[in-house]
Amino acid sequence: MDFEFTPEEEAFRGEVHKFLDENLPAEGGRDPASVAKWNKLVREKRWVGFSWPVEVGGGGGDIMQQVVLKEEMARRKAPPLGSCFMGLAWVGPAIIEYGTEEQKQKFIPDILDGKYQWCTGYSEPDSGSDLASLKCKAVRDGDHYVVNGQKIWTSIAMWSKWMILLVRTSANPDDKHDGITCLLVEMDSDGLEVRPIKNMAGGAMFAEVFFNDLRVPVENRLGDEGQGWRVTISALAHERSGIAEIHGLLRSLEAITELARTCRKNGKPAVEDPGIRRRLVKAGTRIEAMRLNGMRFLTKQLKGEKVGPETSINKLHRAALEIELGELALEIQGSAAPLMKGAADVPDDGRWQTFALSWPEVVIGGGTPNIQKNIIAERILGLPKD
Amino acid sequence: MNFGFTEEQDLLRAELRKFLDQNASLEQVRKQVESPEGFSRPLWTRMAELGWVGLTIPETYGGVGMDFVTLVVVLEETGRTLFPSPLVSTVLAAKAIEKLGSAEQRQRWLPGLADGSRIGTLAVLEASDRLDPEGIELRGQPQGDGFVLTGEKRFVSDAGKADLFVVAFRTGDGAEDVGLAVVERDTSGVSADDQPSMDLTKRVGRLLLDGAAVDAGAILGEPGVAWPTLAWLLDVGAALVAAEMVGAGEGALRITTDFAKERVQFDALIGRFQGVKHPLAEMYVDIESYKSLVYYAAWALDQDSDDAPLAVSRAKAYASEALPRIGIDGVQLHGGVGYTWEYDIQLYLKRSKWARPAFGDADYHYERLAALGGL
Repeated sequence: MDFEFTPEEEAFRGEVHKFLDENLPAEGGRDPASVAKWNKLVREKRWVGFSWPVEVGGGGGDIMQQVVLKEEMARRKAPPLGSCFMGLAWVGPAIIEYGTEEQKQKFIPDILDGKYQWCTGYSEPDSGSDLASLKCKAVRDGDHYVVNGQKIWTSIAMWSKWMILLVRTSANPDDKHDGITCLLVEMDSDGLEVRPIKNMAGGAMFAEVFFNDLRVPVENRLGDEGQGWRVTISALAHERSGIAEIHGLLRSLEAITELARTCRKNGKPAVEDPGIRRRLVKAGTRIEAMRLNGMRFLTKQLKGEKVGPETSINKLHRAALEIELGELALEIQGSAAPLMKGAADVPDDGRWQTFALSWPEVVIGGGTPNIQKNIIAERILGLPKD
Repeated sequence: MNFGFTEEQDLLRAELRKFLDQNASLEQVRKQVESPEGFSRPLWTRMAELGWVGLTIPETYGGVGMDFVTLVVVLEETGRTLFPSPLVSTVLAAKAIEKLGSAEQRQRWLPGLADGSRIGTLAVLEASDRLDPEGIELRGQPQGDGFVLTGEKRFVSDAGKADLFVVAFRTGDGAEDVGLAVVERDTSGVSADDQPSMDLTKRVGRLLLDGAAVDAGAILGEPGVAWPTLAWLLDVGAALVAAEMVGAGEGALRITTDFAKERVQFDALIGRFQGVKHPLAEMYVDIESYKSLVYYAAWALDQDSDDAPLAVSRAKAYASEALPRIGIDGVQLHGGVGYTWEYDIQLYLKRSKWARPAFGDADYHYERLAALGGL
């Protein structure tokens, strides 16, 4: 067991430090211009798409370099590396793996440059956790697919230029997975309508998307017909330590601890309340367990072993923490908890109220906890499928 | 970066498994605990010959000189099958002697502990049941170059079979005026026995000291300054118990999962129902998570890292909350048979009751984390 980094890895960390010392925009002063400058600089460093192959314009960073880079960025609270979130997270990797030369040339540079946003058309009203039952239909008509149906929970659909879309191309019930095809769709096409959905926090981050005889050129199919299910699962070697999300959780916990020092409960600082203290350290312990679980996954990856269903462990922790931290932040505030932004007596201008209403984005969006438990029970413990 | 075990450690685990599969099935364990001492002497001797008892004792004194991370491998395996042995007790007594003892004292006691001929244990807790220096009230009256000890130590692991007790005693009125003495069982004024207890695989008892005289040769280090070492020993104890809790959790999960794959109700294996699947998945999540915390705590202790106390408290707090839950859910998922003496799941539930308070429960360790974290 050792937690040392090699001299090469430490040298890379030094390079990251130096870059951040010279170029990190001040936290308070992150106006669009300074963020644009940051995006240009990190793009030139090839730290956008750092894990992607050099041939497509990525950084070719190995697994440990990815960890070092993410860790240092998170530690210094740097802005994200690149602005095309879903493009960088899964659309780009899918195109690199399954795309034609033309598709790679058309899309990858734009994703790296953050020219526009991508959205993801997977979930449907009747196909949520059971995604493979999706019904949105595409029928081949000459050089086009004609798409009819509906998607839902499509995050940032209203601000996206392109969508990665899963459609059903075979009605044969035996082809539940093999009847799914992946299409790349331009959002301003005829026959496509976006209707934003207001969420319980009052904002609109996601939308319903309707397709009515939408015509998609065959050249915009990603992978073969019937290969769509596999296309969504990238085999690219991303590091799986989850280091970035752990730093995000730690940052929330630090802020909530600070809140507990300033808010008063029963005439004393909330941080002196035994129940609150216990919950703060318990959350910290769970985050540390996540960090160390991530290190074990990473070790497996470095040994060339596959990391699969066990990542559901940290997804379950993350889900529980997103809810618990929101609840904790509200309970620390006592009677001020039900106030909202703009109220005279709400701490931190209502930041935690919005936080406490936003957990479904992570908890449900990434596959519900019940689905994660099924994955563990069936794929790790070997219990029979439902 | 390698948060995993070496090939040598993997090999050790395989050897342990083979040994325990042959000698410590739960059926065999049930028989072993029926003996008056509550464990198998021949197996203990065999383990010592294989180097497992003296694993962390320096080679100069007849041990193997390995670190705590390696010992964790052994304890995970013995925990899995609830193997009864005074291994943790003996390791802690040996570590006290190794850390504070003179070369002469080490030579006097460590080889006997390493070869399994003598069993050691730590005697710290008293009626107050406190793990801090204030909890140590048993006072040593100076006599000659040593002390006379009178008082009672409680919740002493393996009290009935230990040959030597490393006893914490008070040397003065200062908060941390604490000394450690090695008290041999045959010293005049010493009596110790096991008390009836819930987990038959873990014997716990009392040590009564009635004017027991210990000379300077039995005092470890300077009298009155042992507290930092004792605090460290309590951390080591917490980490080692938590390592056994990893194995015990895995054992409980394993037999409950196997049961869910056999038992049929409503014309289906009960393991198909999400009401059964999900608690099993939750057990897995908890075990894997405190396993990570335990591995790191052992590593931090080996490295003498500044965050070792934090790491230990996180591991023991998490394990102390999770394992009792696993025991209860395990029994419940078995249904009626889980309540019987015959089925093994109840043995794990009882282990959790022993392990939870040992070297501090979740309340103790979470509050310690809060204090260490400046809350």
